[in-house]
Amino acid sequence: MSAGSIPSGNQIKDPGYPTASENYLTNSKGPWTWLFTLDHKRIGVMYLIGVMTAFFAAGLLALLIRLHLFRPEGAVFTGPEANNWYNQVFTLHGAIMVFLFIIPSIPAALGNFLVPVMLGAKDVAFPRLNLSSFYLWVFGALFFVGALMASGLDTGWTFYTPYSTSTDSSVILATSGAFILGFSSIFTGLNFIVTINTMRPPGMTWFRMPLFLWATYATSIIQVLATPVLGITLLLLIAERVMHIGIFDPEFNGDPVTFQHFFWFYSHPAVYIMILPAFGVISDLISVHSHKRIFGYRFIAYSSIAIALLGFLVWGHHMFTAGMGPMTTIIFSALTFTVSVPSAIKVFNWLATMYKGSISLTTPMCFALAFIFLFTIGGLTGLHLGTLATDMHLHDTYFVVAHFHYVMVGGTLVSFLGALFHWWPKMFGKMYSEFGGRLAAVIIFLGFNLTFLPQFVLGSRGMPRRYATYDPEFQTLHQVSTAGTLLLLVGLLVALYVLVRSLIKGERAPANPWGGATLEWHCTSPPPFYNFDRPPAVGDPYDFSDIFWDTENERYVTVEPDREIAPTETPEPAHAESTN
Amino acid sequence: MSTIEAAAENAHDDHGHDHDHPSFLAHHFDTPEQQFDSGKLGIWLFLVTEILFFSGMFCAYAIFRMLRPDVFEGCSQFLNTKLGAINTGVLLFSSLTMAWSVRCSQVQQNRGLVGMLAATICCAMIFLGVKAIEYSHKWEMGLLPAGLYFYDPANPHPESHTNYLFYICLPFMILLGGVVAWLIASLVTRNTFHLKCAMPLSVAAACFFVGIGLGMVLESGDSEHGSEVAATAELETEISLIANSDDIALERLAGDAANSGAKSELNARMQQLETAGSSIVQDGEEISGAIVSVEENVMTQRKAGVFFSIYYCMTGVHAIHILVGIGFLVWLLIRAVREDFNPQYFGPVDYVGLYWHLVDLIWIYLFPLLYLIR
Amino acid sequence: MSAHGESKDGYDFAHPIPVPMLLSVFFALVFLTIVTVAQASFDIGSLDILVVMVIATIKAALVMAFFMHMAYDKPFNVIIFLSSFGFVALFLIFTMSDSAQTSPAFEPVVEEVMETDQESTNVIAEESSATSE
Ligand code: HEM
Ligand SMILES: [Cu+2]
Repeated sequence: MSAGSIPSGNQIKDPGYPTASENYLTNSKGPWTWLFTLDHKRIGVMYLIGVMTAFFAAGLLALLIRLHLFRPEGAVFTGPEANNWYNQVFTLHGAIMVFLFIIPSIPAALGNFLVPVMLGAKDVAFPRLNLSSFYLWVFGALFFVGALMASGLDTGWTFYTPYSTSTDSSVILATSGAFILGFSSIFTGLNFIVTINTMRPPGMTWFRMPLFLWATYATSIIQVLATPVLGITLLLLIAERVMHIGIFDPEFNGDPVTFQHFFWFYSHPAVYIMILPAFGVISDLISVHSHKRIFGYRFIAYSSIAIALLGFLVWGHHMFTAGMGPMTTIIFSALTFTVSVPSAIKVFNWLATMYKGSISLTTPMCFALAFIFLFTIGGLTGLHLGTLATDMHLHDTYFVVAHFHYVMVGGTLVSFLGALFHWWPKMFGKMYSEFGGRLAAVIIFLGFNLTFLPQFVLGSRGMPRRYATYDPEFQTLHQVSTAGTLLLLVGLLVALYVLVRSLIKGERAPANPWGGATLEWHCTSPPPFYNFDRPPAVGDPYDFSDIFWDTENERYVTVEPDREIAPTETPEPAHAESTN
Repeated sequence: MSTIEAAAENAHDDHGHDHDHPSFLAHHFDTPEQQFDSGKLGIWLFLVTEILFFSGMFCAYAIFRMLRPDVFEGCSQFLNTKLGAINTGVLLFSSLTMAWSVRCSQVQQNRGLVGMLAATICCAMIFLGVKAIEYSHKWEMGLLPAGLYFYDPANPHPESHTNYLFYICLPFMILLGGVVAWLIASLVTRNTFHLKCAMPLSVAAACFFVGIGLGMVLESGDSEHGSEVAATAELETEISLIANSDDIALERLAGDAANSGAKSELNARMQQLETAGSSIVQDGEEISGAIVSVEENVMTQRKAGVFFSIYYCMTGVHAIHILVGIGFLVWLLIRAVREDFNPQYFGPVDYVGLYWHLVDLIWIYLFPLLYLIR
Repeated sequence: MSAHGESKDGYDFAHPIPVPMLLSVFFALVFLTIVTVAQASFDIGSLDILVVMVIATIKAALVMAFFMHMAYDKPFNVIIFLSSFGFVALFLIFTMSDSAQTSPAFEPVVEEVMETDQESTNVIAEESSATSE
């Protein structure tokens, strides 16, 4: 790509702006046209609203946790029930964040919007299934709200037996919710696999797919393979509570370690459900905003699949201290190291992509850079935890808390925000304030590190997780962490403000505001209802050589050498004569 | 499972651009073949999730059978092999009719399709009827999941206050009543379409009671009580064998590969003694004492409970799948009566068929694993 | 693709299975069921589970290949379906092998120990008497 003037003697290809009847946001009106829509883009937007609401709710709970931990004896919840309150709050925080926000965030909300458009398809393969996934998500969320209304939930998001079979809180409601959410996730994954397999237009070969699609594909594989096991685990847990089947409950000769095996067989792969789409997003963001072909396309693509498969081999690293056999422990520890290799491959490739690129420090790029930094810390500390000897010390301390927040917040959330800022103009047709966006990115980055970096120190000094009170020696670090949370909150609010303001006051977005080469930038912003009238011409998704900055109109355009089309007659529709 | 519905979605012709889209082809697909391939891949993926879903229970089964082979062996005697075998046959036959109905839809034999689908539903109903007999009988005996278990070998048939069979049958009676009412209504109004749907469905609903009858006949035969008696007799001989316990009897027991229960118990006992610090005791008295108690106690809540938990979870979830399958088959039947299917569009029949075969496939494994432990 | 879907020969992507084949598969399945039931009355020791599983797997293979049309399906679908068994195996092998290693601790023998083996439960007895005092 080159910035500046458009070479003369060339034709500018730009889809322009959609009319109100083309625009998927406005082509039909009324709440029912949204609630019963089969359009993947509208479903994506509904998901977006849903997951952001969940994020807001769980975020408030997180704020409560951190405020409570401001003082060693606990600052927010007082009285005899203080610890119970604390347990409920951190449990619901974790459960809502994991099941209602992070898992559906990128794949369901952004994926739904992007997958068909990036692929050049009209819709996902099963639009009704898609809508029903969304409603399953809503039902699952309602169950969680029900659990909250009933008697809360205090098992931690992991629902470990035997506590979960003996506590009085509403385990059944919450697990039913998670069960339903699991099916929502399965159907989304299934839909994407089929879409990517069978709905590719001519010319869209596997290796012309944007890396986001590869990542989504890998994620979907995990969703389809791992989530059912969560389903049966939760079902058995419910049965255990209702009629004491004695599989997990030691009181009836069950084995709680078996529960942990079942749970982590899903939940370790699930962490890759959370991070793989983020990898895909970052691959696209880095390449587009560095205006340079992605380095090692095939490596990144294959490493997504490798992660998806290897991710099934390491679940035991969550159970090193749970009473597994020594042999299993060692095997799982060794396997854990292998899974970090493909992740590292990706990081190196992103760095190599940026090298000698012409980087525009736009908001999405700021988030992408933050991601690389934060994910690297999160991933590397994962190796500390995967090492048997160190994990004996670090297990169930704040070190683990910091590790997974670095990958889930620093990784997934940050890339979710990056993706949101990157595709926002495409989704809603509005440009936001660049300054505001960058400011949000910087504040979030600082606030996040301030919150969670001290927790590594806390953990390695022995501060256990999931406690409502702590020794005074930890106070300073806890207070720093709480201060960081407030800063993080400010950053998120700035981001929200910037986005909402853009909807009201933002400028109209051009079709290609960043200079991307993937197919979604070839249709208008926002895309028309049908995405593409006819199957689009598919090129290399990371070839920026024919994309130029149009200084006059402040937009990127695709440029084609002038061509004369020889016959001027309109071609017959291809299969008109074979109609029966 | 709304995969099927999604694939079956009809075209929205109001969008104008699909001039040559047949009515069964959804607007976002180009060709019937693309639509079929998508649906097919979708259903295969769905079956993958089903297999992993069941894998959790198979895993639980494997673990506990590995840990307590004796418990599994003992408890399995309480499952009626005859009923299990009959049900296997019924399901296999339903698989045949299902596969046949796929064929019918592919070659557009509409009457055959309706007939085959109806036969499949009938088999499913018979299966459930037989299952109802099995369940209700066990509940009356107190052979229940660990938490609810109350079986007492001394009094295997306690005076029952609840008629479980009646409660299981109740929804099916209502169903039968409803379908028959529908049949009569469509006879009165002479609505052929409704008649064509209601007739096979009434037969199918009645088939549940055929299953009940079949189950009762087989159950009242010698089988279970016989095997119960046989089991206790076996136990007694074993106990008496051990009672005059000398080294020979012990060796016989442990050396007999079949008696893995006794063997592992022996091993466990030895290990325990070893860890307890005493040397391996050659004194038969103590060891045999342990075995006697174990053999006697296989049918306790703490032990047998887990077997029955797993039994109910596996067969219960399987039965739920049958119920769901029946729902889809009814939907297909109605569409078949409407003559929706043709060689270009038989996807839904094929997909439901695959699902149905998977349910059969799981039963193929459940039957020997639960009923045939020796 | 588009040319294909419209062709008139009727069965371009349908592969109807001939009725005799369906019937013979069914009878084979019934026969194998009888074999499994019959073998259960012979005492073949711990081979038992193996025999039973092999027969069940043959039956499953028959159902998959013919009733489920797998023999005629796209290789990709077949691979997907069969690979699910690989993941099940992974799950089972890891979980079971771990249970096998740790099982002595979870063997539900506590009851009998308490009831019959006084000597080795001295410790427990002592403890319980200590608490009762
Ligand atoms: C890069 C490779 C990674 C390695 C080697 C790794 C390793 C580990 C280990 C060993 C633990 C267990 C610590 C303990 O409980 O003692 C752990 C916990 C955790 N990890 Fe990772 N991890 C990696 C990446 C990720 C990613 C990408 C995510 C999510 C996006 C993630 C999310 C989590 C979560 C949520 C927990 C804690 C679960 C809980 O106990 O509540 N990890 N990780
Ligand atoms: Cu993990």
